Amino acid sequence: MLEIKNLHARVAETGVEIIRGLNLTVKDGEVAAIMGPNGSGKSTLSYVLAGREDYEVTEGEILYNGQSILEMDPAERAASGIFLAFQYPMEIPGVATMEFLKVAMNAQRKARGEDPLSIPELMKRVKHAAGELSMDLAMLKRPLNVGFSGGEKKRAEILQMKLLEPKLCVLDETDSGLDIDALKIVADGVNQLRSPDRSIVVITHYQRLLDYIVPDAVHVLYKGQVIKSGDKSLAYELEENGYAGIIEEAA
Amino acid sequence: MPAVQETIEQVRKIDVDQYKYGFETEIETDKAPKGLDEDIIRFISAKKNEPEWMLEWRLGAFRRWLTLEEPNWARVEYPKIDFQDIHYYAAPKNQSGPKSLDEVDPELLKVYEKLGIPLKEQEILAGVQKEQPGEFEEAGDNVYKSGRVAVDAVFDSVSVVTTFKEELAKAGVIFCSISEAIREHPELVKKYLGTVVPTTDNFYATLNSAVFTDGSFVFVPKGVRCPMELSTYFRINEKNTGQFERTLIIAEEGAYVSYLEGCTAPQRDENQLHAAVVELIALDDAEIKYSTVQNWYPGDAQGKGGIYNFVTKRGDCRGARSKISWTQVETGSAITWKYPSCILRGDDSQGEFYSIAVSNGYQQVDSGTKMIHLGKNTKSRIISKGIAAGFSQNTYRGQVSAHRKATNARNFTNCDSLLIGDQCGAHTVPYMEAKNSTAKFEHEATTSKISDDQKFYVMQRGIPEEEAIALIVNGFVKEVIQELPMEFAVEAQKLIGISLEGSVG
Repeated sequence: MLEIKNLHARVAETGVEIIRGLNLTVKDGEVAAIMGPNGSGKSTLSYVLAGREDYEVTEGEILYNGQSILEMDPAERAASGIFLAFQYPMEIPGVATMEFLKVAMNAQRKARGEDPLSIPELMKRVKHAAGELSMDLAMLKRPLNVGFSGGEKKRAEILQMKLLEPKLCVLDETDSGLDIDALKIVADGVNQLRSPDRSIVVITHYQRLLDYIVPDAVHVLYKGQVIKSGDKSLAYELEENGYAGIIEEAA
Repeated sequence: MPAVQETIEQVRKIDVDQYKYGFETEIETDKAPKGLDEDIIRFISAKKNEPEWMLEWRLGAFRRWLTLEEPNWARVEYPKIDFQDIHYYAAPKNQSGPKSLDEVDPELLKVYEKLGIPLKEQEILAGVQKEQPGEFEEAGDNVYKSGRVAVDAVFDSVSVVTTFKEELAKAGVIFCSISEAIREHPELVKKYLGTVVPTTDNFYATLNSAVFTDGSFVFVPKGVRCPMELSTYFRINEKNTGQFERTLIIAEEGAYVSYLEGCTAPQRDENQLHAAVVELIALDDAEIKYSTVQNWYPGDAQGKGGIYNFVTKRGDCRGARSKISWTQVETGSAITWKYPSCILRGDDSQGEFYSIAVSNGYQQVDSGTKMIHLGKNTKSRIISKGIAAGFSQNTYRGQVSAHRKATNARNFTNCDSLLIGDQCGAHTVPYMEAKNSTAKFEHEATTSKISDDQKFYVMQRGIPEEEAIALIVNGFVKEVIQELPMEFAVEAQKLIGISLEGSVG
């Protein structure tokens, strides 16, 4: 699904290198957790995957289903099936959530050469997905993310993820700012999406989320590189001993 | 296909790369020689078969105009206009007197078809005939039959066709060209023309009074709710031609009318002048809703060419409890100088101004409103959304004032500006003046920029960059779009998207 080879990326404006020779492979149907201390480059990695212009890739390659995506803009990457659930979803004043979903779904359908969804079909899909996330339908009429609580924003992200049916989901610190009930709902939403042809990359600082979304693989990111990979037991090890041991080991 | 659908389809088909209405049409025209003097005014008046009093009115305005100076207080810059280098009259040949659609030059109909304006009332009527007679009585409760819009089409200096006239006449509504009104309803024209915007008002309005060539006239008698939307489409086709239209709308006691105005012009290297005057008069309990979608040619990417749009629009809430509402979507013109205003003369009268002004390229917009509170318990509301992109300058200029007798005058003003890119400018110039201590004015203003974060977020959902910008902008202007009649709302949203094409990257 995803293969990152010797990736180097820097902040376009300042030239500061954040990703420094990162290698990572995520297999089809795999749920991979990326963990690391603050400032290790976790969020930057998610932005670089999604194609944010503020970052420049200076070396290396990102292959998605065997194809390089470096020349694609964020919308093209999204239409090809890459979805990023944001740590801090943006507010879009004046654009009702339902309207936004319609535009996004139909833009992706158009990019794939499909006809736009009919309004009843769209409504049906959105209501069904919102129901599965225990979302209040009244929320769909409100402008996207405007005045949403932290939990509502994260749920809205998962709702979009369900409806857009991506192949590669990247969740950037989706657990941040969530109480345990909201966390469970979000995790359930993600678990419903697990399938053999969909891969999920969960970026998190804490092991807590991984109690609910159990990963197939865990990668530790430090100073812009993957310094250790393992199975889910690696997450428990981190929870008990912290990052220090692994960092020393790698050094 | 219903009229609205047809229009929407046409807009949808529009190639989004450049100004869509830039085509020029080969139609034989009858033109006045360039320049302006009393003889030209006599020529125009004679062409229109006007009565003597009208000619005198024009000449009076012209003499006044000669003593006036072009105003220069607006935040717009342009080379000096040579008023002697303009044709003040151009009319498609063989167009004299009112006529039915069958008699209209098919070339002209093609032009309007290209513009997406449905004039073929037969087609529309085909759907209407199925309805029971007496529908006007039933239509009295705020509900318009969807897609039924009567159109007055003005081509250069003359009105070429007005649709649905007979049907409107049944309801007692007069909707015709101003030239026809001067001939057919002189008593009404004499009574109201120039009573809101006097011939002495300002440089451009005075010029218009001298040389206006056509425009629309609407009269809705006492207690009548106009059974359909009325609409005028203006098009400047001829080279070096100024368009000076004059619109007069009168709603008698308890009457209601909603009026839409749309404008386009061909793409030319030279600048063209458009100086219109619109006067609205609302008597007791009357309501007039006036909506504009202005899409005159804005000039090319280097700022060459485009329409100079100097417009005086003013509504007089003459009667108690009357209401006038202006809604405008301004996307075109090289220069816009326009301040649709309300004089709140009647007690308990209300004025509203909803505006979206989009500027891109080298466009300069100086637009806003005036709310003049004269009567007691008068209320006004101003919602202005300015969007500046490219190298454009976008200014909101507004004045709210309360006369000393205007007890309990209320105003709420909200001006928001949105910047796209870092080469453009947005400015807000509000003037407020209350001579009555019970007046309450509120003003809110914000300026924001579409953030890269927002754009990235929207694009990450698979929405291409320009659509992403259009989506964010349409969210920003939603409050105003909601005020537009349904037919125009869709067009306006698309137009905003189109106007901002090329504003990023």
